[in-house]
Amino acid sequence: MAAADLDIQYVAHLARLDLTPDEEARFSAQLGRILDYIAQLRELSVDGIEPTAHAVPLVNVTRPDEVRPSMPTRAALRNAPAQANDLFLVPKIVE
Amino acid sequence: MEYEVVIGLETHVQLRTRSKMWCGCANEFGAPPNANVCPVCLGLPGVLPVANEEALRLTVLTGFLLHCAVPELAKFDRKNYFYPDMPKNYQITQYDRPSTANGWVEFETGGGRARVRIARAHLEEDVGKNFHYDRYSGVDFNRAGVPLLEIVTEPDLRSAEMVYDYLNALKDILRQGGISDCDMEKGMVRCDVNVSIRPAGASELGRKVEIKNMNSFSGVRKALEYEYARQVEVLCGGGQLAQETRRWDDAAEITESMRTKEQAHDYRYFPEPDLMPFAPTDAWLGEVQARVIELPLARKERLMRQYGLPAADAETLAGDAALGAFFEGIAPRAKQPRILANWVINNLRARLAETSTSIQAVKFPPAAMLELLELVDTGRISGRIAQEVFAEMFATGDAPEHIVARKGLVQVSDAAALEPLCDAAIAAHPRTVADYRAGKTAALNFLKGQVMKLSHGKANPNLVGEMLQRKLQ
Repeated sequence: MAAADLDIQYVAHLARLDLTPDEEARFSAQLGRILDYIAQLRELSVDGIEPTAHAVPLVNVTRPDEVRPSMPTRAALRNAPAQANDLFLVPKIVE
Repeated sequence: MEYEVVIGLETHVQLRTRSKMWCGCANEFGAPPNANVCPVCLGLPGVLPVANEEALRLTVLTGFLLHCAVPELAKFDRKNYFYPDMPKNYQITQYDRPSTANGWVEFETGGGRARVRIARAHLEEDVGKNFHYDRYSGVDFNRAGVPLLEIVTEPDLRSAEMVYDYLNALKDILRQGGISDCDMEKGMVRCDVNVSIRPAGASELGRKVEIKNMNSFSGVRKALEYEYARQVEVLCGGGQLAQETRRWDDAAEITESMRTKEQAHDYRYFPEPDLMPFAPTDAWLGEVQARVIELPLARKERLMRQYGLPAADAETLAGDAALGAFFEGIAPRAKQPRILANWVINNLRARLAETSTSIQAVKFPPAAMLELLELVDTGRISGRIAQEVFAEMFATGDAPEHIVARKGLVQVSDAAALEPLCDAAIAAHPRTVADYRAGKTAALNFLKGQVMKLSHGKANPNLVGEMLQRKLQ
C-alpha cells in the first residue's frame, strides 16, 4: 500500500487516537514510508507458496490443564487508574 | 404474502477445564472479583500465552460429536477491538483455520427429525464481566481467558421452536460428552442469533438482523417469535428492513436496535505470533476419539429397539447419562426391561431428586432392583409392598429379600387368611355392596382397597378381587 492509499483518520480511529491535523500529516508521511519499505516484498514471486502461520517451524506447544496460583487481587489492581469493590473502574460503558 | 424465517446461530460455550485457556488461573465461577487473574489474562506487557491442551482436546472432541472434519492444521488469530472487558485489546480466536468445521447435528423437532449443518466450531477466549454503576462501570477479569467454543450453524433453522429444540439437543450432546457443564445460570452458554425473512419459497436471503448475547433458550425462542412478527410487519407495511444488531429486552419482551459503535467492523485479524499452530498427530486424535460417546438421540433409539422401551422412557434415560448407565448395567438381565425402566425412572430417579442424592451414592447394588422385581414377579410381594421395600432399600441399602423377611411383608395368598378380611370389608360397607349388586362394578375396587388396608398391603390383590366377586354374586 502506498502512502496515497492510507486513510490516516480511519487508522487513527481504529486505534482510538485523537490526532491533531499536524500529527495527521506527520504520521501519515511516516507510515507511508514504512508501507513503501514493506512493499518491496511484492517484488518476490510467492506463487504456489502456502502462507505460513508462523515464522518458527514449530507446532503443538501446549501446557497441561493444571491450576497454578493466581496473583493477589490487590497486586492485580495496583496499576488500575480507579478501583472499587475489587473491580477495575472504567468510564461508564454504554451499550 | 407468506414469509418464511431463516435463522443461523452462533453458540458460545465455556469449556469444562480446570484452568484457563492461556494461563494456569482457575476456570471457576463465583470466585471473588479479580481473584483468578494473572499477568497473562490481564494482558500485561511481556507475557506469553500457552494453549491449554485439554481445551484443544475438548474442541476436537466436539468436532467428532458434531460429525465435523478435523483439519490437519489449526491456528490462532488476533481479533482486534477496544472494549473494557478485553484487556489485551484483542481477542485470541481462530479465524481462517479453525480446529474443526463442516459437520451437522441431528435432533427431534416438530414431531420429526431435522439436521442442521455446522459451519465450524472454533476455540477462543472469554472476556471479563462488566458491572454497571451510575457513573462508572467495573470490570472483573476472572472470566477473561476462560476457554470458549463458538459453534456456528449454517442458516438451516426455520422456526423459533426448531431453534429451541436444536439448542437443547446441542446442550445434551455437550454435557454428556463432558465438553461443558452448559450451566445457563452461570452464563456458560450464550447465543448470537442471525435472523431474516423472505417470501416463502424464495432462494435469496433477506436482510439479516443479529440479536446479540442471549443467555437463555426460552429467551432465544421468544426473541425469534417477536422478531419474525416485527420483520413481517415492516415488510407488509411497505417498509425496508435494516441490516442491524438488536438486543433482546427480557423484561419488555421486545428487541430493540443497538446503537452501533462502528459503521462496519474492522477487526484486522492477523495470525497470533505468540502461539504456534496446532497439527494433531494420529495418536493424539486417537486419544480424543476414545472419548467419543454414544449421542443421546442414537442412545434413545437403541434403548427403544433393544429393550422395547416407550419413547418417553428411552428419552429420559438417554438424557441422563448416569441414570441410563444404571439402567443398562442391569437391563440385560431383567425379565421385563420396560418394567425395570419404569422403576428406575419413577422410583429411583424420584428418590434421588427428593433426597438430593447422586446416583453414585445409592446404597444398594444395582442388581438389588432385579431382586425386587423378581419378588413381585413371583407373587411373593404385591406391587404396593414393593414400593415400601424400595423405600427401605434406598434408605438402608438392605437387600429386598431381607427387608421382606424382617418386616414380614410376604404377600398373603392363603385363602383361609384372606376370607375373614373380605367378610369384614363386606360387612362394614353395606352401601358399597348394594352399589355393586346394582351394577356399579367399580365399587368392587373400593372393597378391594379396604381388604388391602386390613391386610396392611400384604394381601394378594388378584386373589382378593376374585374372592370378593365370588362372595357378592
